[in-house]
Amino acid sequence: MQASSGFVSSPHATRINRVDAVMLQVCLAMVPGTLAMVWFFGWGVLINMALAVVFAVAAEALVMKLRGRPVLPAISDYSAVVTALLFALTVPPTLPWWLTLLGILFAIVIVKQLYGGIGYNPFNPAMAGYVFLLISYPVATTTWLPPNLPEVLDAQGLSALSFLDSARLIFTGALPPEQTWDAISAATPLDEMRTKLDQGMGIDEIRASSPLWGDFGGRGWEWVANWFLLGGLYLIWRRVITWHIPVAMLGGLLLTSGAFWLLDPQTYPFPAFHLFSGAAILGAFFIATDPVSACTTTRGQLIYGFLIGVLVFVIRTWGGYPDAVAFSVLLLNIAAPMIDHYTQPRVFGQRRRA
Amino acid sequence: MLFSVLNPNRQRLWRFHGGVHLPDEKALSNAAASVRAPLPAQLVVPLQQHIGAPADVVVKVGERVLKGQMLAKPQGYVSASVHAPSSGVVSAIELRPIPHPSGLRAPCVVIDTDGADAWGELPEPMPDFQQRDPAALRERIRQSGIVGMGGASFPSSVKLNPGPDQPIETLVINGAECEPYITCDDLLMRERAADIVDGIGVMLRIVGAKRCLIGIEDNKPKAIADMREAVVAARGRLGEAADRLRVVEIPTLYPSGGEKQLIRILTGKEVPSHGIPAQIGVVCQNVGTACAVADAVLRGRPLIERYVTVTGRAVAEPRNYRVCIGTPAADLVAASGGYVGELEKLVVGGPMMGFRIDDDALPITKAANCILALTPDESPDPGEPQPCIRCGRCAEACPANLLPQQLYWHARAKDLDKVQDYNLFDCIECGCCAVVCPSHIPLVQYYRYAKTESWAREREKRASEHARERHAAREARLERLERERKARLRKKKEAVAAKGGAGQDAKQAAIKAARERAAQKRAGEQADAGAKPTEEAPESKAPADKVREAKASVDKAPVRKAPVDEVAVDKTAAEKAPRAPNNTGAVAAQPARSPQARPEVRAESQ
Repeated sequence: MQASSGFVSSPHATRINRVDAVMLQVCLAMVPGTLAMVWFFGWGVLINMALAVVFAVAAEALVMKLRGRPVLPAISDYSAVVTALLFALTVPPTLPWWLTLLGILFAIVIVKQLYGGIGYNPFNPAMAGYVFLLISYPVATTTWLPPNLPEVLDAQGLSALSFLDSARLIFTGALPPEQTWDAISAATPLDEMRTKLDQGMGIDEIRASSPLWGDFGGRGWEWVANWFLLGGLYLIWRRVITWHIPVAMLGGLLLTSGAFWLLDPQTYPFPAFHLFSGAAILGAFFIATDPVSACTTTRGQLIYGFLIGVLVFVIRTWGGYPDAVAFSVLLLNIAAPMIDHYTQPRVFGQRRRA
Repeated sequence: MLFSVLNPNRQRLWRFHGGVHLPDEKALSNAAASVRAPLPAQLVVPLQQHIGAPADVVVKVGERVLKGQMLAKPQGYVSASVHAPSSGVVSAIELRPIPHPSGLRAPCVVIDTDGADAWGELPEPMPDFQQRDPAALRERIRQSGIVGMGGASFPSSVKLNPGPDQPIETLVINGAECEPYITCDDLLMRERAADIVDGIGVMLRIVGAKRCLIGIEDNKPKAIADMREAVVAARGRLGEAADRLRVVEIPTLYPSGGEKQLIRILTGKEVPSHGIPAQIGVVCQNVGTACAVADAVLRGRPLIERYVTVTGRAVAEPRNYRVCIGTPAADLVAASGGYVGELEKLVVGGPMMGFRIDDDALPITKAANCILALTPDESPDPGEPQPCIRCGRCAEACPANLLPQQLYWHARAKDLDKVQDYNLFDCIECGCCAVVCPSHIPLVQYYRYAKTESWAREREKRASEHARERHAAREARLERLERERKARLRKKKEAVAAKGGAGQDAKQAAIKAARERAAQKRAGEQADAGAKPTEEAPESKAPADKVREAKASVDKAPVRKAPVDEVAVDKTAAEKAPRAPNNTGAVAAQPARSPQARPEVRAESQ
């Protein structure tokens, strides 16, 4: 058999899909959510994305060169770009540039390329890079800005960061004149909820205590989630992903959070809060669905997604970190091959699966 | 559900997993009526155009043959005869290249045609087939050289003989023609609907099915209408049998025309894995086969021509031809105005499952339904395969519900056990996975490779098992001979002992005395005791040997197991030990290894 004689063998018909087209669809689907992020959290989001993409493509090219493999096909499949964008969407818009570099290098060089490059990485590179930073630099990776809404900013006497302010903050770490970190930063809704629950406050009390709270989750945050949801539905419509993982993951999160909420609505936030806070929606449609590290069988995807959803609730509620999508995805990445093994579909004409 | 309420007459349909929607490209060739292809000066008729044993040639070089005359008769049960497609003189019987994926040459009868196209003597028509014995009808089909014309070319007489233990409930007629570009079945149904229905009538008579479902994809509305009309018109000829026929419109989805897929769509039943449709009471035949059956039974004509689509954007005038078997593909392309533009590749069959040929002189066979001349635009080079990103589109598209990407990993790693765990042999090589793969991996090629390797390994395994059995038998035989020899020796010894018992005692006493003297002498001189064991050995070994031999001779079962008994173990170990340097050291070093394992080790080391 000749390795490159795919052209000789059937099928002779035109191939329908392309990897780069798939990756570009994913990038396109991120646009609405990204715009919402920029709207609510400032230019830092975009600066981080640009930095991450440059770092990721450079790292990918460098490693391919060191491995003696063709560079161009590797970077023109846009998989490094997707990793970079997802990474940039999960880190705070104030993250220093060198942390972005560190996270991306970890994601691309160690998690992706050292395992053999695209298709061979057992873990989601973007989430591994993010978790690496989260554990190593917990303060920098959890310092968020408040949403850029007049009622929120006015209540705290803040003003939004300009493009130059954001760039200066990211590249030099210098705050705008006469500003302090305490003044410009705010806890994320998940963080806030967690801290105040730990202080013994009830849910109603917490929600009444701050202008951060919106209808479901935090102000701004819930809209970001909505726009990512739109992008996710686009991906399903374009058949880039199937509904199984997102629906199972959100279902798992809804079911567990709903059950506990019914038990005690003052200690456990209502299900929609979980859904529209943090990275749940982004995770369900864009992160957990990373084909390389997820399950591939249909039933496996349902189990995989559901368990991610459950773990997100468990870690958010009883774990040490306010959000848990990255941890949950990585944990289920480990389990994916085993789930796949036990969920092989019944083959046509066979009574039971092998 | 709603449809069945609104339209109770509508045939219920089932779905199979996966499949892909492809641009059907049928409009290229389905507009015009079929044309009789010009008779070539030379016909090259392969002796094996079917699955099974090659036909046995019955004509000689230089012999004049008439149209329809048998050139080769079936050899064995699974075989089919071959007939002269036109009159002429046999100019050669030799190896010629034939259209086959292997590209190999095969024995062919070459006929220089005389242009008279004169019919030879044909068997009598059987218009009264409804009253005929099914076995006689089957024999006619067999003698007429009819094979499955959908592409598999399995002898139809065999398929129409499922046996009394497999009652056939449904006859499925395949008019789906799901491959893009091909329209020969479409044209056949439009032009010879009545003959197809008659052929179905014959087959119903043979298998005694309660119903017949004719599945046609909904991208062929004209064929569906014509077939329905023909079924209605056949009431007069077929009588009650015509009421059992039903033309069913099925959604266009590749590969609905696969036998297992079509049966699933029409009956909801799944052909068991590694099984045949007869096991679930179904026989499936192509419309082309039905038409050939009608020709054979109603007119006595053997299978000597077929509909062939010549299409693709690299031929000037794509259309369908009625072609004599053995006509070179090049003649058909020439009849279609020759090649235009850039020819990327020439394919026999469809773009999904057909195979590429590099020489257009190859003859049309009974199974060749399409000559496809593709331009680079129609069949672009997919480029270097990219790494699999496990996106799972292949699994979504797989009509057998396999996990193609797992098969790919294991086929690539040459892990033949694993590929079989993932049901490699349920793969029908339809190409859906490869065509949807975003990384453009030639998946089907990997599966073919893994299948071939598995078959080769299976053959090797069988061969080594055979060698092992032979080896074990040899060991047993040698062991038996040795035992017999020893038994004879023992008998002789006993006889001698019985004869001179007293003398023996005296001898023994003398030996004992001499030995004692020697011992005393040695003790005094502090000499080494080197000679002692050599003298003692025969004495100490003899009783143990006798016990063993007695036991062995009691065990009078000269089966393959013989070398398993203790004697054999000792023997082979003893035999092996001196040969150790030639053999694997491990064998000699472990004489206590289980006896069953030993022949295997030997077989490997040989």
